[in-house]
Amino acid sequence: MGFKGRDVLSILDFNREDLETLFKVADDIKANPFKYSEELKGAVLATAFFEPSTRTRLSFQTAILRLGGSYIDLGEIERSSIAKGENIADTVKMLDSYVDIIVIRHRIEGTAKFAAEIAESPVINAGDGRKHHPTQAMIDLYSIHTFKGGIDGLNVAVMGDLKYGRAATSLILGLTLFKPKALYLISPPELRIRPEVMEYLKQAKVNFIETSKLEDCISELDVLYVTRIQKERFPDPAEYEKVRGSYRITLETLKEAKDDLIILHPLPKVGEIDLKVDKTKHAKYFEQATLGVPVRMALLKLITRG
Amino acid sequence: MEKELLVRKIREGTVIDHIPAGKALTVFKILGLTGEEGFTIAVVMNVESRKLGKKDIVKIEGKFLKPSEVDKIALIAPTATINIVRNYEVVTKRRVEIPDEIINILKCINPNCITNKSNEPVSSVFKVISKRPLKLVCKYCDEIMTERDVIKQLAAT
Repeated sequence: MGFKGRDVLSILDFNREDLETLFKVADDIKANPFKYSEELKGAVLATAFFEPSTRTRLSFQTAILRLGGSYIDLGEIERSSIAKGENIADTVKMLDSYVDIIVIRHRIEGTAKFAAEIAESPVINAGDGRKHHPTQAMIDLYSIHTFKGGIDGLNVAVMGDLKYGRAATSLILGLTLFKPKALYLISPPELRIRPEVMEYLKQAKVNFIETSKLEDCISELDVLYVTRIQKERFPDPAEYEKVRGSYRITLETLKEAKDDLIILHPLPKVGEIDLKVDKTKHAKYFEQATLGVPVRMALLKLITRG
Repeated sequence: MEKELLVRKIREGTVIDHIPAGKALTVFKILGLTGEEGFTIAVVMNVESRKLGKKDIVKIEGKFLKPSEVDKIALIAPTATINIVRNYEVVTKRRVEIPDEIINILKCINPNCITNKSNEPVSSVFKVISKRPLKLVCKYCDEIMTERDVIKQLAAT
């Protein structure tokens, strides 16, 4: 379908071929970063983050700068017109008249889609509530592709908060575009995938297994994607205390793991992976984070120039 | 054909026939009828039907349905037929049909969906992913609404 002029709202807006094109451009950017330094000269990107962000916002800003463009940032909500009660529609209209690409993150679900209907410029969803975080999924899929040489035929596990976590959800949806051998969905029963995600998995005929225990599948895994389980998701704090230890990766947990298992994490991580694991050959999350810039550069180039 | 009429024919208005048995009061509700509007209305429930076994019928003297009202009926009573009566004769008879897209009729069940934010100029839009059983998906937030959710919501309005 090609990328030029497209919005990026859900990972499912793309097909496998699109993602493979993205991976190729990202590979070339990694290999020849300066070849692209004037690619988007004169282009301006807006980062409109209505929710906190470090990595996503900074890597979009870095990506446009490395492509020769520049950015404006909506800044702290408290200092903007939003604080005066301006709605999303009017804010997006204004941004659209200023810039060539809008990157938006909002707690309210469907915001990016709504923004894309208002704006003529491409809109990139940098996270809407529990629902989508498509560019994180692109980075995660690209990481698997890079570290494992492909995605098909692998045993992949996604662990943590699969109900409210948008990074985990988007990766699970993204994996439906490929052919993993098995997809293990590891979470406490109350944080299993949502019905609409289940629907997509069934439609795509993915071989998926829902489980509460990592030890059931650890020895099979090629990729373990870890996400945080947030305390506030549990109505009863005692319930949280009960399950948190089961979803923490330690050297002990990894005893049964394959030698070439890779561990990924969208970051920030806050205690769900023991610091000792950071030093093992399995830990790939810091390298994964560095891939954020080339993947987002590739995406910005493709949607702007084709 | 009904063997004998429980209620007399209406002169001008609408007969909603072939409503699944037991759903007539929900139809009544989703049309926003309270009985205080002054229309002459007959609600007939659990009568024999060749097609459905049992069925309900709602007859409303002096009222003609808007397309959005017909769409609402389709969602909860997909077997229904709408008969327009003029001068005691049925002048048009048509089956209701569940549209592929449902615009501005239902509220998304996800309170955090953009369509539930009153200060944004946005309509609720659902794509129908299955007609039987009814299953809808919100165009904006992907939340799935089942037949149960739809009936619950429409009956509550």
